[in-house]
Parts: sequence; C-alpha cells; structure tokens
Amino acid sequence: MTLPVTPSQTVGPFVHLGFDPMTRADAAAGAAGPVVTLSGRVLDGQGQPIPDAVLEVWQANAAGRYDHPDDRRNVPLDPAFRGFLRVPTDAGGRYRLRTIRPGPVPGPGGRMQAPHLLVCLFMRGLLRHLYTRVYFAGDPANDGCPILALVPAGRRSTMVALPDGEGAYRWDIVMQGPSETVFLNL
Amino acid sequence: MSDIVGYRRPGAGAQPAYLHPPYKSSVARAPALPPVAVPQTLSEVTGPLFADLAVGAHEADLTKGSAAPPQGERIIVQGRVLDQDNRPVPRTLVELWQCNAAGRYHHPLDQHDAPLDPNFHGFGRAVTDDDGFYRFVTIRPGAYPWRNHANAWRPAHIHFSLFGPSFLTRLVTQMYFPGDPLLPLDPIFNCVDDPVARDRMVAAFSLDATVPEFALGYVFDIVVRGREATPMEGDAP
Repeated sequence: MTLPVTPSQTVGPFVHLGFDPMTRADAAAGAAGPVVTLSGRVLDGQGQPIPDAVLEVWQANAAGRYDHPDDRRNVPLDPAFRGFLRVPTDAGGRYRLRTIRPGPVPGPGGRMQAPHLLVCLFMRGLLRHLYTRVYFAGDPANDGCPILALVPAGRRSTMVALPDGEGAYRWDIVMQGPSETVFLNL
Repeated sequence: MSDIVGYRRPGAGAQPAYLHPPYKSSVARAPALPPVAVPQTLSEVTGPLFADLAVGAHEADLTKGSAAPPQGERIIVQGRVLDQDNRPVPRTLVELWQCNAAGRYHHPLDQHDAPLDPNFHGFGRAVTDDDGFYRFVTIRPGAYPWRNHANAWRPAHIHFSLFGPSFLTRLVTQMYFPGDPLLPLDPIFNCVDDPVARDRMVAAFSLDATVPEFALGYVFDIVVRGREATPMEGDAP
C-alpha cells in the first residue's frame, strides 16, 4: 500500500520566523574551487519585487560530487563544502549568495550535465514550492547539457545567469509574463 | 550511475494547484505556464542531510528559554515522518513556526491587534530519531484575521518544514486542529481537492500523547515522497 504525500501549504508571510535560523548565504568559505556570487531579484506577475521569498540551493562541489550517500562515484568530497544554501529576499525582492562554481555531474544515459545549481523557491502565495535550475552564461558545456536541451529554446535564457563583474553573476526569477522563469516538473 | 532510483511524482488532486484564486496571493505569484518535465538526475535525488546537525533538546520545547512561561494552552505535538512506503525517515530536520495563543506572530510585519507575548517566539526545530519520530512542546496557536476576503480568519495552524532524504522530498505544510470551525472556510486549507489528502493536514487528538497534569497531546504524522521501485530508465552509463 502506498501512502499519499501530505499536501503542501504556503510558507506564508512569516516564513522568516522558521527559516532564518538556517540561513546560509555563503557556502564558499574554506571550500575548494572558483568562488562565484549570484544575485538578482524575484518579481511577481505585475513586475513587483517579492520581499518574502526564500531561495534554497543544492549543488555539487567544484569536482562535481554531491555530499550525499546516493552519489557513490569515485569523485572527492570537499569536507568544507556541503552544497546547501538558504537565502531570503530583502524588502526590494533582492537576494545574494556566495558559493563555489559546481563541477559537472552526469545525467540521463551518463551524458554530462553542464554546471548548475538546483533551486527551490518558497514565498507567500505559493501553495507548493517550485524547482528550477541556474546555469552560467558562457559555459561551453551549456550547449550539450541533456537537461537544458529539454527546455524550449526560446525560454532557455531564463535559466542562465549573466556575467555581472569578476566572478559575479546575475539571475532574476520572474513568476509570470513574457520572461517567466522556467520551472521544472520533477 | 545505473543504480539511481527516482522519486514518485505527486498524484493528481493530492497536492494543491499553483493558481488557486480564492487565495488571492496566488494570483500574481503562480506560474502561468506549465512546469517543464525533465528526468530526475543525481542533482535531484540527492539533497542536504542534517543527521549531524547540532539541535539541542530544548529547541523542541517552545515553552522554555524565556524569562517566564508563555501565555496560553500548553500542548504536545508529536508524530512520525514517513515516506510513501510507510518507512520511517530517520535523522531528518523538522522546522516549525507559529503564532502565539492570541493569534499574533513574533514578527515585525504582523500588525494584528492582539497582544505580543514576550515569552513566546514561535520557532522550534528537531531532528527525527531512528524511527522517524519527533516531539514538540508548544502553545496552541490562536486564530487570526488576514484580509484575504471579507471577515477572513485563518484557522489555528502550525507551519512545518521538512527535507527528507533528497531535494525532491522537500515539504512545507501546515498542521491544523481537529474540529476547528474555520477549516471549511479557509482557502489555504481547501486548496487541496482531495478531501482524504486534505485531512492528512489535520492532527489527531491523542490521549496516549497527552501527559497527565501537564498538556493535551496531538499526533501529526507527515508523509514525504517515496522512491520508485526500479532504477530510472536511461541512467545506465
């Protein structure tokens, strides 16, 4: 017999009460690999900034290894890097995080995926969290990524962060409209 | 790579749709386009684990840690975190937040004209034991108005956040109290079509969880996504 999953509910406007104690906006300290900062805004269907959103990020280390027992490949773990971040947006809907550029990890059929962050999004008004990914503009692996290739070509840019200075990238999340971010059905 | 086992996708009706117009905040924030289906990869079936997180026993008792006990009815909320195959989810982080007994959150944005209780901050966390069991001591939260529609009041509820064994088992939900007259009127509770699934969000009063001369007990079991039986197609190296 299979049990039904408990229904999801919105985090509501006071999510910070519950999430702030585990805020981790910097995963790079002490870790091996190139440091990247990622910042941007979260915008609603009217283009208004969303001040009560929270982004959670899960990613591989610089060598492309996940700190998890289901990743059994012979690729080194970095004891200084766990791969998890949780950042809130501020009053202007802005977020900012600092991490390590992840290495490539295998995908369907063993084909390598381009470096990416997996993002989980929460906010008041969202009855279920949303998943998406961020890739890095200019990475030569993007063109061959088997997951990015499944996203309609015209919308692919919504999952790609743009260069914004030395080691910095910019990526906005847009909930609705012509530049609506691609969210993933997983 | 050939041994990756994916997670079951949610069934229809058991999870809310993103757009639920009676809940007004969903209108400008629900994605307008359907999500793009992609296979689960190593990125999704892994996720942060908190088995070694240093969570103090006192963090699961929201009535302690202040100068005086908080106002209101002390309660116990306990239960198990399970997956869809009825297996316990051990050593997983459970985060909880709620308003006080008067229906006010300890948060600068909460402008409800109800007393703030300086001895109740409304946040707790625990890590499940080897059997997936957790237990909190807290205060029964009050109902509060929320301006979603005329004379709108949220039923008493406690927010729960869980991770489970992967990024795909992530779950944030709300626990409600049995017999609450506001439940049939609440657009957030009623965003779930399937009444059986909806009732999974209502805790059960339990005399077994009740501690004599101390507090009434409620049991709230939480089910996260379970794994498929077989490795995912196309993952062979």
